[in-house]
Amino acid sequence: VKQEQLCQLRELLGSKNVLSELIDLIPYGFDGTAALSRTADVVVLPDTSEQVQALVRWASQEKIPLVTRGSGTGLSGGSVPVEGGIVLCLTKLNRILNVDAENLTLLTEPGVITQSILEAAEKHGLFYPPDPSSMKISTIGGNVANNSGGLRGLKYGVTRDYVMGMEVVLPSGEIVWLGGKCVKDVAGYSLKDLFVGSEGTLGVITKVLLKLVPKPASRRTLLALYDRLEDAAATVSAIVAAKVVPCTLEFLDSFTLRCVEDYAHVGLPTDVAALLLMETDGHPAVTAEEAEAMEAIARKCGAREVRVARDEQEAKEIARARRSAFSALARIKPTTILEDVTVPRNQLAPMVRAIEAIAKHYKLQIAIFGHMGDGNLHPTFLTDERDHEEMARVEKAMEAIFVETIALGGTITGEHGVGLAKKPYLQQQFKDGSYELLKTVKRALDPQGLLNPGKIFDL
Amino acid sequence: MNALVEDLSGSKPLNLLKGLDYSILQQCMHCGMCLPTCPTYDVTKLERHSPRGRIALMKAVAEDKMETTKALGEEMYYCLGCLACETACPAGVNYEHLFETARAEVERAKVLNKPFRQTMRWLFLKMLFSHPRFLRMLGRFLWMSQASGLQRLARASGVMSLLPRYWRDLEKQAPTVCRYFSHELIQPLESPAKPRFQAGMLTGCVQDILFSDINRDTVEVLLANGCEVHTPSLQYCCGSLHAHNGDLEAAREMARRNIDSFDLDQMDVIITNAGGCGSHLKHYDRLLEHDPVYAARAVLWSQKLKDIHEWLDEIGLRPPVPPLGSEAEQTVVTYHHSCHLCHGQKVSRQPQDILRSVPGIKLVELKEADWCCGSAGIYNITQPEMAAQLQNRKMENVAATKVTLVATANPGCHLQLVNGALQKGMNVEVRHPVSLLAQGYRNEVRGNK
Repeated sequence: VKQEQLCQLRELLGSKNVLSELIDLIPYGFDGTAALSRTADVVVLPDTSEQVQALVRWASQEKIPLVTRGSGTGLSGGSVPVEGGIVLCLTKLNRILNVDAENLTLLTEPGVITQSILEAAEKHGLFYPPDPSSMKISTIGGNVANNSGGLRGLKYGVTRDYVMGMEVVLPSGEIVWLGGKCVKDVAGYSLKDLFVGSEGTLGVITKVLLKLVPKPASRRTLLALYDRLEDAAATVSAIVAAKVVPCTLEFLDSFTLRCVEDYAHVGLPTDVAALLLMETDGHPAVTAEEAEAMEAIARKCGAREVRVARDEQEAKEIARARRSAFSALARIKPTTILEDVTVPRNQLAPMVRAIEAIAKHYKLQIAIFGHMGDGNLHPTFLTDERDHEEMARVEKAMEAIFVETIALGGTITGEHGVGLAKKPYLQQQFKDGSYELLKTVKRALDPQGLLNPGKIFDL
Repeated sequence: MNALVEDLSGSKPLNLLKGLDYSILQQCMHCGMCLPTCPTYDVTKLERHSPRGRIALMKAVAEDKMETTKALGEEMYYCLGCLACETACPAGVNYEHLFETARAEVERAKVLNKPFRQTMRWLFLKMLFSHPRFLRMLGRFLWMSQASGLQRLARASGVMSLLPRYWRDLEKQAPTVCRYFSHELIQPLESPAKPRFQAGMLTGCVQDILFSDINRDTVEVLLANGCEVHTPSLQYCCGSLHAHNGDLEAAREMARRNIDSFDLDQMDVIITNAGGCGSHLKHYDRLLEHDPVYAARAVLWSQKLKDIHEWLDEIGLRPPVPPLGSEAEQTVVTYHHSCHLCHGQKVSRQPQDILRSVPGIKLVELKEADWCCGSAGIYNITQPEMAAQLQNRKMENVAATKVTLVATANPGCHLQLVNGALQKGMNVEVRHPVSLLAQGYRNEVRGNK
């Protein structure tokens, strides 16, 4: 970006919204992904969607790449400005515009923190279910652009299931509105769905219309411990087969469990093979019945121990093991790489076994926890990015995990997105013409290739 | 000078951030969980004013991607050092260590040096807070001017308006000095009827002259809980002020002097009642890890050092017995966390438990109780604007509770709250939890009589 262009940008957005000093740029060169960073040429923080539009139009004229970001908590390197250019940070577009309690919708700007969306909904006795672990700081725009998941996916689905409409600035600078408040709407292609999970490569989302649901009246929490991994997996299958849909079915492997116990002293035995955290929410009569059913199933499937929380306080205590899993792991080694491979639920046990074998083969520490009800696992590499020899083994192990995932009918990313981190492996999953179809869509919408270049695939 | 010598000898690089164990920097995985807890990020929403942003800048310096510039220096001093980020961090990043090293590097590189700033640094760090006798002399002088009405006279006469605005604002915040200092209130050795523990008592520097009554209350609470209390009459600043302002060498000297003040082997515990000091005092082991003479004793020191609330909780506090016929009287109190007590030392439950144990006290929750009040050591002097914003936010939260009594356990917070109440014309008294506990014990005696 030339000096003259900087002046134009300042004129367009106001000086305070344009950062160009090295000290300001360095902190925008990365997201939550390990070992990926690149310093942008400029960072801009527009105040309004009109400014966003003006910026996109200008960038398109000047042919300068634009990388959109929110709070920068992504786990695939999606907002790293890998080809330089402008980082477009949307955190100042942070107003919730409207909560419509009659139609159960919420209209918001993209820079609003996910937690604030939930709180705004709760004020009306409503509920916004998607709860990515970073929700205290992640922005809703980032969630939509990455189709983020969370712990409640099994019953409630993911971000996509709550996006009813959006305002998008197209790469040309044109503003379009997609979708709306209608529960049924089959007018034309479902274009909003094209932008959910598009990782900032197709347009800049400047408003989002979200669906809300009634807030569940009660919740029950259980925890089960297993001597055999297969028994935990069998419990999950049996619960689903019994037509019980818990909101949460979380899993910790024995390695993660030992780390949790070391760190948080939850009071769990450290010689078990697996832990399941189960939660059901809804009408009190239903949750009571479902909790009972899940307890019985867990016992029948061979759980060594099942703990049932009697009240909210005890539920929190029980959930603490799962909540502290990532913290417990992240402090063991300097570099923590969190993957998110996902397989059909009935392939969970083989997948966990395969990851364990891969860890052993490459002599690596890989902890596994995750959303078992969704088939979504978080194999977590504990390593040191300065140890090049070990990092080379990490690369190989990761590839082996992806190959195994695809062989089991799974996907290389369940909720983090492709970004930079998984770009090299995407083609292995998209074996037929679908890989080319991705590029066709991209070329049609962004012929100049200026929006978040170098992500998902190479053109 | 020391850094220069080390560099010539080739043992350590000149740049302190480069000399730092890189894995401490690398421990940050830039997940962003610190952002919502950082007061400066909250106000500015700019990454460079966030913990992970600052760590990225330190890393850039360590990796030669950036120089130690004036802007970097300003950034490091814009940080409050409240350590809320340490509580939020899933990866256990030692931010305090990073931030102390970064400020020391800023001083080494002299990027912020100006004659006025250096004079003030010399006056505060090298004179007042390195020589307890000077501080006590200044304290005496202030007390005399306050007690004799000189201060009131000066304020009323309009003389103060001759001062530049910054000094005028600062003068208004000048704290009230106690008539008696700690050594005049506390005997070097005080014993309970049946001593169960031997406790060394730290009286602090600011605490010694401004809040010597809190020190006295601490001793009484210790006595009431079976501790024999050893209190050296002349004590040194803990050195946190030096460490947090880039003078690690002076901080080390203060640490050595404090360690020398106690017969560590004979003590079961060394007690501090100031959150900010405690957080630093507990890290003498790290501060002196390369000291050939003091390293081992510093480890022992860190093991034995306890915050007063933490210690009482550990040995099982004896709750004061309610005096007869006093059931009806209830004082509603709220508790403001000192950042370095709750984030630095992770002591947050204990002071609240202690408050609940005092008969006649009802504890109500303060919104954002663990959000920095803006005092942050001498931050309110160096960054008055940001400090005032945080003070305002804190006082609004206090006002929302409608209490007339706030408890807090750190002299900086204490003064900040007192001044905040004064400025807003709020009828709010500030007390240390231990003072309220001591009051509980005193009422007990009175009740029995």
